[in-house]
Amino acid sequence: MTVSSPSGGVSTAIAPVAEARARTSTGRRLQRRKSAKKTKFAGESLAAYAFLAPNMLLLLTFVLVPLVWALVTSLQQTNGFGAGVFVGAANYVQLFTDPLFWRSTLNTVLFTIIVTPASMALGLGIAVLLNSVLPARGVFRSIMIAPMAISGVATALMGLLLFDENSGVLNKVLESVGLPAISWQSGGTAAFASVVLVTLWWRVGFNMLIYLAGMQSISPELYEAAKLDGAGPWHRFRYVTVPLVGPSSFFLLILNVIYSFQVFDIIFVMTGGGPRNATSVLVTYAYDQGFVTRDQGYAAAIGMVLLVVMLIFTAVQWRFNTSRDVVE
Amino acid sequence: MKALRVTTAVLISAVLIFPLYWMIVVAFSSRADLLGGELRLWPRALTIENFRQVLDSFPVFTWFGNSVAIALVVAVISVSCSMLGGYAFAHLRFRGSNTLFLISLATLMIPVQVIMVTLFKLVTSMGLYGSYWAVILPTSASAFGVFLARQFILSIPRDLIEAARIDGAGHFKTFTRIVLPLSRPLLAVLFFMSLLQVWNDFAWPLIALKQNQLFTLPIGLVYLQGQFGSDFGGTMAFALINVTPMIVLFMIFQRYFVQGFARSGIK
Repeated sequence: MTVSSPSGGVSTAIAPVAEARARTSTGRRLQRRKSAKKTKFAGESLAAYAFLAPNMLLLLTFVLVPLVWALVTSLQQTNGFGAGVFVGAANYVQLFTDPLFWRSTLNTVLFTIIVTPASMALGLGIAVLLNSVLPARGVFRSIMIAPMAISGVATALMGLLLFDENSGVLNKVLESVGLPAISWQSGGTAAFASVVLVTLWWRVGFNMLIYLAGMQSISPELYEAAKLDGAGPWHRFRYVTVPLVGPSSFFLLILNVIYSFQVFDIIFVMTGGGPRNATSVLVTYAYDQGFVTRDQGYAAAIGMVLLVVMLIFTAVQWRFNTSRDVVE
Repeated sequence: MKALRVTTAVLISAVLIFPLYWMIVVAFSSRADLLGGELRLWPRALTIENFRQVLDSFPVFTWFGNSVAIALVVAVISVSCSMLGGYAFAHLRFRGSNTLFLISLATLMIPVQVIMVTLFKLVTSMGLYGSYWAVILPTSASAFGVFLARQFILSIPRDLIEAARIDGAGHFKTFTRIVLPLSRPLLAVLFFMSLLQVWNDFAWPLIALKQNQLFTLPIGLVYLQGQFGSDFGGTMAFALINVTPMIVLFMIFQRYFVQGFARSGIK
């Protein structure tokens, strides 16, 4: 979206004046006489604002206003749902010495750096497979993206069904082949692993779908040319496919990071953050503080930290990724 | 080589489909089979006992109706807003265009949990708490939808839009007569994505809908699990009621997905 053309520059410069004039009928008539071109661009600005208004109004009211309010709340000492007292940065200072906060931060980051690359790599691999000559591709594709359609809650319940320590399928299978059962609910690492596995199951299809869409725009001639130059399958993948799906990778990287930082349903239902906070993440911790303990100022402070961490992550990706231009 | 590919595809599919298969098996298994403790990959006898019990004990139809109503209203509002916004960002020149676009993209990064306490207060002070609108309005704004719509509409040739303008069509007419008809795959994707997202949404409706009668299916599902404990038969029967409509719609819509995404320049 550029407004660098000369005419574009004019349109943005005169827009406010034109708007003010357009309010009165004399103004409108005057303007029409003066320059047809200006009227056109003024009309364009007005139309643009009108087109954007519904969405912007909703975003402003239900996202930005609560966000600013949350920032203010994070500087307050609150009790229940009454008005708070300003305490400056006290909530943030308290976070520093709160082991559960650090545990949740660590878990959130760990979850993100495991799930993001894993779901992208698996998604890419499956997309390559489905993009090759394969009978019944449509059927395979449908099966692989089906988990996308399932709610986080239902996914988590399915996860419990499989991973339940006592009656779950996985442990029964392990036992039947003579292996020890894994303590998916009582062991911290195992619980974390189960949450990661269930999330991967849920998310791989989406990554695959985006990669598959990206691969459709790669010309088959490129592969032919690479083949003629003597490139084997691995080299064709490494030097043709991977660079050309760069924009998909960038898009997925950002989305996977955002979704991973916001993971809630799966953990809330599967482990509730346990055992002994082994799967507690910032979002579940903030939920507990805000709606269970009802320490809203503190909950808001946790939320702000989450937001800042996410912004840093995204800014770093944006800065270091070269394929973003193609997305824009 | 081809045999290897087919085998790999079958194996991956088997792993991915197994949880779904297992959910169906458990939902249709008898209580005795489930408590038996032995692993049966196919139940001894299929029964609808679990479904009957869930329907008898919980207002499942009300919850289902709530989910349908909320999802449809949100999808309509959200798709309309996204298309209008996407058109403005793609083809109209105006002051602050870049800034507004960046602001709306930035809102994608704000998790609902960061703002949930104040959003709750806001919705309450607007007198919406305890109504469908408490869920509908905050979930209707879609930055992602606007982004996707902008990318897609950018792929519509500018000449076509200019031509309509020269023929005397206003912006709204150009939008409804030229842009909308050419955006069918996008509309399908946006509508379905929105429907799916609202249907499956949990965190915000959990906070905004405290009364049992207003629950949506995912909230009802967790509520029911709390009541049933580890009675997986009943829980899975209800989970199946929750996921079936979206899986069916998904299968119908999915061919538009690749098309819609591919043309949106996210490739």
